[in-house]
Amino acid sequence: LQESESENRLDGETASDSESKSEFGGSSPVPTSDDTPEVLNRALSNLSSRWKNWWVRGILTLAMITFFFIIIYLGPMVLMTIVMCVQIKCFHEIITIGYNVYHSYDLPWFRTLSWYFLLCVNYFFYGETVTDYFFTLVQREEPLRILSKYHRFISFALYLTGFCMFVLSLVKKHYRLQFYMFGWTHVTLLIVVTQSHLIIHNLFEGMIWFIVPISCVICNDIMAYMFGFFFGRTPLIKLSPKKTWEGFIGGFFSTVLFGLLLSYVMSGYRCFTCPVEFNNDTNSFTVDCQPSELFQLQDYNIPVLLHSVLGWKTVRMYPFQIHSIALSTFASLIGPFGGFFASGFKRAFKIKDFANTIPGHGGIMDRFDCQYLMATFVNVYIASFIRGPNPSKLIQQFLTLRPDQQLHIFNTLKAHLVDRGILGSLEDA
Amino acid sequence: VDLEERLHELDLRSDSDIPDVPPPTDSTPEILKSALSGLSARWKNWWIRGILSLAMISGFFLIIYLGSFMLMLLVLSIQVKCYHEIITIGYRVYHSYDLPWFRSLSWYFLLCVNYFFYGETVADYFATFVQRREQLQFLIRYHRFISFALYLTGFCMFVLSLVKKHYRLQFYMFAWTHVTLLITVTQSHLVIQNLFEGMIWFLVPISSVICNDITAYIFGFFFGRTPLIKLSPKKTWEGFIGGFFSTVVFGFIFSYFLAQHQYFVCPVEYNSETNRFVTECEPSELFQMKKYSVPPLLQAVLGWETVNMYPFQMHSFALSTFASLIGPFGGFFASGFKRAFKIKDFADTIPGHGGIMDRFDCQYLMATFVHVYITSFIRGPNPSKLLKQLLILQPEQQLSVYKTLKSHLVEKGILQPSLRG
Repeated sequence: LQESESENRLDGETASDSESKSEFGGSSPVPTSDDTPEVLNRALSNLSSRWKNWWVRGILTLAMITFFFIIIYLGPMVLMTIVMCVQIKCFHEIITIGYNVYHSYDLPWFRTLSWYFLLCVNYFFYGETVTDYFFTLVQREEPLRILSKYHRFISFALYLTGFCMFVLSLVKKHYRLQFYMFGWTHVTLLIVVTQSHLIIHNLFEGMIWFIVPISCVICNDIMAYMFGFFFGRTPLIKLSPKKTWEGFIGGFFSTVLFGLLLSYVMSGYRCFTCPVEFNNDTNSFTVDCQPSELFQLQDYNIPVLLHSVLGWKTVRMYPFQIHSIALSTFASLIGPFGGFFASGFKRAFKIKDFANTIPGHGGIMDRFDCQYLMATFVNVYIASFIRGPNPSKLIQQFLTLRPDQQLHIFNTLKAHLVDRGILGSLEDA
Repeated sequence: VDLEERLHELDLRSDSDIPDVPPPTDSTPEILKSALSGLSARWKNWWIRGILSLAMISGFFLIIYLGSFMLMLLVLSIQVKCYHEIITIGYRVYHSYDLPWFRSLSWYFLLCVNYFFYGETVADYFATFVQRREQLQFLIRYHRFISFALYLTGFCMFVLSLVKKHYRLQFYMFAWTHVTLLITVTQSHLVIQNLFEGMIWFLVPISSVICNDITAYIFGFFFGRTPLIKLSPKKTWEGFIGGFFSTVVFGFIFSYFLAQHQYFVCPVEYNSETNRFVTECEPSELFQMKKYSVPPLLQAVLGWETVNMYPFQMHSFALSTFASLIGPFGGFFASGFKRAFKIKDFADTIPGHGGIMDRFDCQYLMATFVHVYITSFIRGPNPSKLLKQLLILQPEQQLSVYKTLKSHLVEKGILQPSLRG
């Protein structure tokens, strides 16, 4: 026991990880406590341990998926709250790993500072989002208006306070540890917080932009596992010995198909395709709009090659389904790299799972490692190919200009509209 | 026993396990050495530092004279050098010279992030230049996607380059690279954004930090008694406070001189006909003399009732205060970093001063502060950028925006409501 414990306390100064003589599997980390509820334990007590594990994972998977559907049903506000909670839990898990690696429990101030930085960065991002989407609400309430006008300055001042506290808290014998934890905190914030806010931006674009990417990643996980289970033969990458090429390719095709079907079903419902808006009169979120052309059925000609295979000449599809192919492709081909990154991370720091939150699955980070790249991709995809700038944000910027600048822009816009025939030149609209 | 020894060696609780860094090589030019060979070591060091300081300040003035484009190049070179210095320290700390791919990946990430930031700046300021060229149009329109794709390639290369025995090292270097990028590259771009706002927004903050460094040192040299912070034993409270007041006065006077010249005060613009940067404009009200009433308390002291000042000088007060009070924390951070990793200087680039990072450690916080200050208190959003975005919207969106704007302008009385709008 003492030897395995010592293997765990290696720091990063060694030139290689080989100072630990045993392999990753051999040097057992602190055994994870068994979180499985008693009910499940009893029900499955007479099965062999391999099948028991499979059943526990299966049941928990179904529980999580059901939970996901319930949250969708409850609406955008609850979704935002859930995203926020997941983000905080992920941050907590990664910081705890850092603590364990560096034995940093007794560093002065550090827990407080990490949580403080989390609060600052969240305040900054939520402030930017709130100002965009809740524009009229913010303009009405005086304290909110001032907070939003000087938002960047206030956020920067808060961050600086944390920075100065860090500098003042440097203790003579622990400089390096403290700098490591500072760097660890910042990289974690970069990964976890920015991406969770990109997810919320995607959500506001329309719930379909939130549900389809996440479902594709989950589907790819499950399908790759199944294909690997039944047909797996050629290993994919040394980092994750359980992944196989058969699983990878099978997962890719199933995910694309799944994406097409799911998008088809969802594009028919306004509650999924409309941008989420905040209604000032009812003070609640509404999803009500004229569906954009992305979500209106169109006839597509099938390429001649596929005529014989499918037997149709044209097919009616939503344009969004074409985009879903791009999303599914990314989820299947590049998403797994997020998973490999997390596997490498776990091997580097000799942990089996990020935490023990979900029985059979590990921590929240274990479930969400592939999602992070996906969220950024969807956000960049939307910004580049789908929507232009946000009109309400533009209006908000316009109102901060000087009167002569406002007049100039107004006249130029008017001339442009008249030019395009959108506005009749004599109408007072 | 063997196990315990190994544990003690590897225990991070004490910083004593870092191997000693080889003493820095002396890069002082031979000329200086022979000229100063007759002086004692202490005075020799003082003279070298002094001469190099003057050399740097002259170099700075020369570049300012040469114009905005040269300044941008200078900022870029400094950024690359700082990045190189910090990455080299990381290599030494982790004995990483033989990690596969890692040098290439670090420089690749630097290239990606620079491409992303420069693309955003170029699109804003060179709008007319870009409109004329087809290939650039494509690059600008899908800029974010292209940058993201480039970054992802680097990320995937990193994952594929993970080697069994070196996982932890590789992850450390990955994180080290990203934090360094965050510090050096983003701030250098903020410096360039400030520069485009008007050269005065670039010169006054940087000069205030340099002035604070020098005057705090001088006050500390002559009057220093009470130590300021354990991290930097040479700093004293007398130096800190003396530096603060001198920097504020310096900022006032320096702004007064700069505010009179269009060359410093006007936003830098790119003239597509002459293909050059121009700084010509109607000076904004910040740079027009105004009468301020002196508060009664100071009237007795100064003997004046009103004073003619540029409004910018009030802002320079805020900038100098930040440079003197918060800027030093950047210096303490760098000192702590050097102690943590047991290095005396970041590098040996400048004789007597150390590396480029040693000179620029206080500047980083300043650049971000000036940028946030400008966006919060000085200028609003860029009108031409706003117009450009408005023109990209869908027609229905444009119409609804038009109606909102019109009702707002009518409400404020800027636009007279009439039948013909």
